[in-house]
Amino acid sequence: MRFESVFRQYSWNDVKAAIYSKTAKDVEMALEKKQRGLEDFMALISPAAAPYLERMALISRQLTQQRFGKTIQLYVPLYLSNECQNICTYCGFSYDNPLKRKTLSGAEILQEVNAIREMGYEHVLLVTGEASQTVGLEYFMKVMPLIRRHFSQISMEVQPMDQEDYEQLIPLGLHSVLVYQETYHEEDYRKHHPKGKKSRFSYRLETPDRLGLAGIHKIGLGVLIGLEDWRTDSFFTALHLDYLQRTYWQTRYSISFPRLRPFSGGLAPKVDMKDRELVQLICAYRLFNEDVELSLSTRESEKFRDHLVQLGITTMSAGSKTNPGGYAVDPQSLEQFEISDERSAATIAAMIREQGYEPVWKDWSPVFGG
Amino acid sequence: MEPLIIAGQPFTSRLFTGTGKFGSAAQMEAAILASGSELVTVALKRIDTAHSLQDDMLQHLQHPHIHLLPNTSGVRTAKEAVYAAQLAREALETNWIKLEIHPDPKYLLPDPVETLEAAASLVKLGFVVLPYVHADPVLCKRLEDAGVAAVMPLGSPIGSNKGLRTLDFLEIIISQSRVPVIVDAGIGAPSHAAQAMEMGAAAVLVNTAIAVARQPEKMADAFRQAVIAGREAYEAGLGTASVKANASSPLLAFLDE
Repeated sequence: MRFESVFRQYSWNDVKAAIYSKTAKDVEMALEKKQRGLEDFMALISPAAAPYLERMALISRQLTQQRFGKTIQLYVPLYLSNECQNICTYCGFSYDNPLKRKTLSGAEILQEVNAIREMGYEHVLLVTGEASQTVGLEYFMKVMPLIRRHFSQISMEVQPMDQEDYEQLIPLGLHSVLVYQETYHEEDYRKHHPKGKKSRFSYRLETPDRLGLAGIHKIGLGVLIGLEDWRTDSFFTALHLDYLQRTYWQTRYSISFPRLRPFSGGLAPKVDMKDRELVQLICAYRLFNEDVELSLSTRESEKFRDHLVQLGITTMSAGSKTNPGGYAVDPQSLEQFEISDERSAATIAAMIREQGYEPVWKDWSPVFGG
Repeated sequence: MEPLIIAGQPFTSRLFTGTGKFGSAAQMEAAILASGSELVTVALKRIDTAHSLQDDMLQHLQHPHIHLLPNTSGVRTAKEAVYAAQLAREALETNWIKLEIHPDPKYLLPDPVETLEAAASLVKLGFVVLPYVHADPVLCKRLEDAGVAAVMPLGSPIGSNKGLRTLDFLEIIISQSRVPVIVDAGIGAPSHAAQAMEMGAAAVLVNTAIAVARQPEKMADAFRQAVIAGREAYEAGLGTASVKANASSPLLAFLDE
């Protein structure tokens, strides 16, 4: 059984109605429990939980410290290519967006790798658009060995692939794959992804299954906040997480909460999520799931990120560039989205330390495989 | 307090500590020093094995009384564990290894099948093996037969601070073990540590409860004292608990009449 058969048992509208009908009593019950389930998660992300945010934050901080300690893991994205055959209404790399396309060569990758290594990074996230002719399996098979010897841990945020493809990449050092559903609202998904392979909703939906079957160490989930009602989309993310943890029990999971950011020629968010609401969502995830990793990128503002260090987040990026070649090769090229927190890795590490937390650069060894 | 001897190495402290979850390397160092611990476990995955001399964490553990116990946290199979142990031996110049194989990232519960297989291989390769296991008395005997230097059964799920939930099985393991029994996970309060020591555990390993405390250094000292108190009580010979006072010989008093 794959996730799609679980997903089909739920209707978007029913879930949304259930979330918005949660009461203060439901929230209080959820807060009292030791083990919280999906119903509790609904209560915690509902409008009814807003007055309980301080209490949620306290519990979230305590649970996160207990499970992860006073540490924040650091990673940085390495954009390998902005070539893309998909049209995504919200993305700077969309096929119909006129910008200079670029895929890094081996030599250019090494230039970027050196710049990133100098920042102190051991964990790197490889990012591309979806262009199977130029940045398909063959390209990844070629560049992975180049990159691997410079880093302890390699993650990928690229197009969804087949199980067999993942099985070939994992022995080359692929530790983790991030694959965001963008939205679990199927009709809206089709509107935002009218062209390209990404328009296949079900194939994307079952990507984590294929990763789990391939035996990957970690899978990253999330939705693009701003496309649809964030509460309903987050419920489906939690449902997905719950299913995956039960099914692929040897794999770790992480959640990201990207809020739609402006980019050149881009779409304005349909739904605006307030800072307060994002804190609520992060705390709700932690109360629902004590061991899921929660990641906050440089899309968020300095002040917001500073305060979130202690509230449930386990992973952060810093000093990120979202354009291929952005670190050394071609720093002036167009970005996928605008960075909000532009501070350097060293500055972020110092900020984390000031709060009595330890920035962790390395938490994996290539000898473990993946 | 009698010294503890593992694989010929004497330890005056029976409190072993970890290095994870601390807010800074300096805080970790201060806590470990306050704990009096002489055996400190370090996750191989956190160390820069290529440049171990410059590694920040290791630099804070450079004290003559502290022995490092690298652990294999992160591996999922016996094969990976053996490989990791060999790397740790090279990087840290010790043949001691804390064998941890927990393929389940949610509760970090140890895999008994892979652990036994890896332990047997590592012993053959000349390692001093300290395996982290469930409080499973039969598994502990099997590991002992395979030649491990100690066994490290859990008190409750790692990091849970729940104390000795496996009490009945720990008692069996301690009662029949020929190697030191180190209660490894779930110890959340000094009273839990004292309880384990009173039962006759050879040592306890504490990490989360110290690292996550508001004042790790102070908590480390509290654990130090609790472990000493528990051990001394064990050595002194604890009386059996009783609900009410026993008369000296109520049933046989007639014999003296």
